Amino acid sequence: MTAPARSPATGPAISVNNLTRRFGSFTAVDNISFEVAPGEVFGFLGANGAGKTTAIKMLIGLLAPTSGEARVAGLDIVKQTEDVRRRIGYMSQRFSLYEDLTVLENIALYGGIYGLTNDEIRKRSSTMLQSLGLTDDLVGRLPLGWKQKLAFSVALLHEPAVVFLDEPTGGVDPITRRQFWELIYAAAQRGTTVFVTTHYMDEAEYCDRISIMVDGHIAAIGTPRELKQKWSVLSIDELFVRLARPT
Amino acid sequence: MTATLHAFIVKELRHILRDRQTLTILLLMPLVQVVLFGFALRSDVRDVRLVIVEPQPDYATLALRARMIAGRRFKIVAVTPTMAAVEPLFRRGKADIALAFEPDFASRLESGEHARILLAVDASDPNTGTTMQVYARAVITAYEAELGAQRGRPVHIVPEVRMRFNPTLESVNLFLPGLIALVLTLVSALMTAISLSREKERGTMEILLVSPLRPWQIIVGKVVPYLGLAFANALTALLAARLIFHVPFRGSVTLLLAECLLYSMVSLALGVLVASLTGSQRVAMLVALLVTMLPSSLLSGMVFPIASMPAFLQWVSNIVPARWFIIIARGIMLKGVGLEYLWKETLVLAGMTLLLMTIAVRTFKPRVA
Amino acid sequence: MSQPDVIVENLGKRFGKTEALSGVTFSVSHGELFGLVGPDGAGKTTLFRILTTLSIPDTGTATVLGLDVVRDLWAIRSRVGYMPGRFSLYGDLTVKENLSFFASVFGTTIEKGYDLIAPIYRQIEPFASRRADALSGGMKQKLALSCALVHRPDILFLDEPTTGVDAVSRREFWDQLQTLRASGLTIVVSTPYMDEAMRCDRVALMQGGRILEIDPPAEIGTRYPLPIVSVVGAERYKLLLALREAPHAHSVYPFGAELHFTDDRANLDPSTVAAELREYLISKNFSDIEVKPIEAGIEDSFMELMPPPVQRAS
Repeated sequence: MTAPARSPATGPAISVNNLTRRFGSFTAVDNISFEVAPGEVFGFLGANGAGKTTAIKMLIGLLAPTSGEARVAGLDIVKQTEDVRRRIGYMSQRFSLYEDLTVLENIALYGGIYGLTNDEIRKRSSTMLQSLGLTDDLVGRLPLGWKQKLAFSVALLHEPAVVFLDEPTGGVDPITRRQFWELIYAAAQRGTTVFVTTHYMDEAEYCDRISIMVDGHIAAIGTPRELKQKWSVLSIDELFVRLARPT
Repeated sequence: MTATLHAFIVKELRHILRDRQTLTILLLMPLVQVVLFGFALRSDVRDVRLVIVEPQPDYATLALRARMIAGRRFKIVAVTPTMAAVEPLFRRGKADIALAFEPDFASRLESGEHARILLAVDASDPNTGTTMQVYARAVITAYEAELGAQRGRPVHIVPEVRMRFNPTLESVNLFLPGLIALVLTLVSALMTAISLSREKERGTMEILLVSPLRPWQIIVGKVVPYLGLAFANALTALLAARLIFHVPFRGSVTLLLAECLLYSMVSLALGVLVASLTGSQRVAMLVALLVTMLPSSLLSGMVFPIASMPAFLQWVSNIVPARWFIIIARGIMLKGVGLEYLWKETLVLAGMTLLLMTIAVRTFKPRVA
Repeated sequence: MSQPDVIVENLGKRFGKTEALSGVTFSVSHGELFGLVGPDGAGKTTLFRILTTLSIPDTGTATVLGLDVVRDLWAIRSRVGYMPGRFSLYGDLTVKENLSFFASVFGTTIEKGYDLIAPIYRQIEPFASRRADALSGGMKQKLALSCALVHRPDILFLDEPTTGVDAVSRREFWDQLQTLRASGLTIVVSTPYMDEAMRCDRVALMQGGRILEIDPPAEIGTRYPLPIVSVVGAERYKLLLALREAPHAHSVYPFGAELHFTDDRANLDPSTVAAELREYLISKNFSDIEVKPIEAGIEDSFMELMPPPVQRAS
């Protein structure tokens, strides 16, 4: 069974409508709505505790919304969660690959989980190693930057329509960080929609569009240039500070 | 679907095989257990310490004496004319069984009367107590038959059995002191090991180190609250023993509680030592279990008699703190003895505490790397 | 002039096959706000551990407040304030309990240290009875800083205090640091964020266990060896690829909304480079672009100085 093809470029890659999530009396995500076009690099920003992580968890099907709806790769996140999972990739800073397995073993594992044939796994493994300039080794022995680039490539292994990246470049050196973003651009060129969160405000500028979450709702959304003009600031960093004042 | 499952199983196997530390412990532990069990699990008894009480030696008493030790099951540790000497020997744990002949034993046999033998057995361990008693009676019965055949007419030797210290042969009386030891070991050793290594893992240990706090202060600070917890546990265990299981309390409760505290301190010191020598919480926990629970349950005499173990294991059991505590607990609870009989064991525990604490403080690294 | 508060001479430290620190030499003057800037694995934490006496170097020497880090560890430990990476506080104790614990460990009380920690502590004081693990990242930071300061140390070591915290809290934290520095406290702080380096008196760039350069932040860019220009335009990815093909391209990197192009001709005037590039890009059918010479910043210098990333370091 081959991996499902990327969803055709009709309709938004992600569409969110009045999505809300409450934890008891606390509203973590407050009635947010937005859209992401296919092949877009979308930066999802916000302070810690602003509701970013909760929102992402809902979009990837780890958390059910309290109300509202969302569609990822054309599928409903609540009613078609399993199908959504097959069409998306996910990479988080806390965990991505198994450190005590080798690079090839990790690829084989994820390939197996997503239903790729052995042939496909073999082909894609060698392509990946080549393009990253890696030789096979235990993932635990790779420097941080290589782990992250590899994790990103593995998240793309089954050619998902949308890939979700949760602070993927924390802690690496500035060169590797930029190499990572070139991988993101290359993926976007191939039609993959990239939904990324980051704490580096200069990376916010690399995105096609960004949104900033404050206290559970979206305080700003648009291209970096538009937003800077609208709020009369020189950098996204300044905009962020202005919007995300601590409560 | 199966390909996915297969991929996942393969992954799990790899994790297990590559975690060398845990793998070693998980393969080693069962092996050690099997070997230990094989040796320690003996329901037969050997080298039972026999006291002979004979008011006047005669050919029958001497013959029976010889028969007893012929099978190598019994060895005679004392011969005394009256019963008076027996009790102190039992209390001090120097004898397991006493054979007391009636006066004029042989002449009674000759005249066809009933000649009585009193078998007093230390039944603190009801299993061995029963077994010893069975062996002794077998020897007596065999001699009775033999003598009768020789004489051409039946002779009557009547054994009366007294199971000392545990007349109803309650096995709970056997187990409970050991269980108390186990409970105290668990709380003390395991929890200090986890607490210390958790501090290390959290990173708060670094801040504690970069401060005027000295290693001994950190260790004592970790140990003291668990001492309180251990005391509470000892109290609960003893209350349960008394109220639910009606285990006798013939000796001083205060002394027993004090000894429980002492034993907790040994376990705490052991836990601290394990934590300072190991790395992560997980390894600390496994090693703590290996080093405390396993010997405490198998080699302490709690379930399997030490006397039945091979010499090497008997020697090893000397360094198992639980072994000494069980002697103390049984002594106080079942025999009602006090410090005058138990000072040696108490000293051993105190010495172990001091030694382990000193090593723990010395090996506690004031640095991270 | 009195002796520097920190003197480090040729420090080296190895962990198995990895060289965590190599040939590290620098000094920190009294009252200075000294920054160590570098990514994960640069050796910052190893260096901090040695300076706070938690670790012994393999080679070289270090003194803090005139005391040797190996011999005089107990003397140093009572005078240093330390904040290790990743919020090492007791999550199950409240804010107030954490603070009073750390105060008493140093033989003092919250009252005695209050005026020093007040600007920071006042912001979390309303939450004094909340458990530390229920605080937000920014508040945890403030608590950790208060705990490091409450015993009035003579020098402060902060290891990546702003990692994992959002941009607003990061700014506020650095505001606090500058206030502290103004009161005369010597502060040594490490960070992976290049923009925070701007707020230090002097900065040491660190990568792969070595120091690349030490200078006041404003001067770091002046040592940049090659001409550098910035390019702004639409279709950024295409622009990037095209610039990499340009003649004399030494390096091309995205920088926020801009792309930074470094030319490999060392003594050429940057305006000439800019003009040549404009022509090149027009010839490649790029319109509406802006090319202008710039001063190299800290991050540009870092990337120029650091060894290229490899899978297996030597």
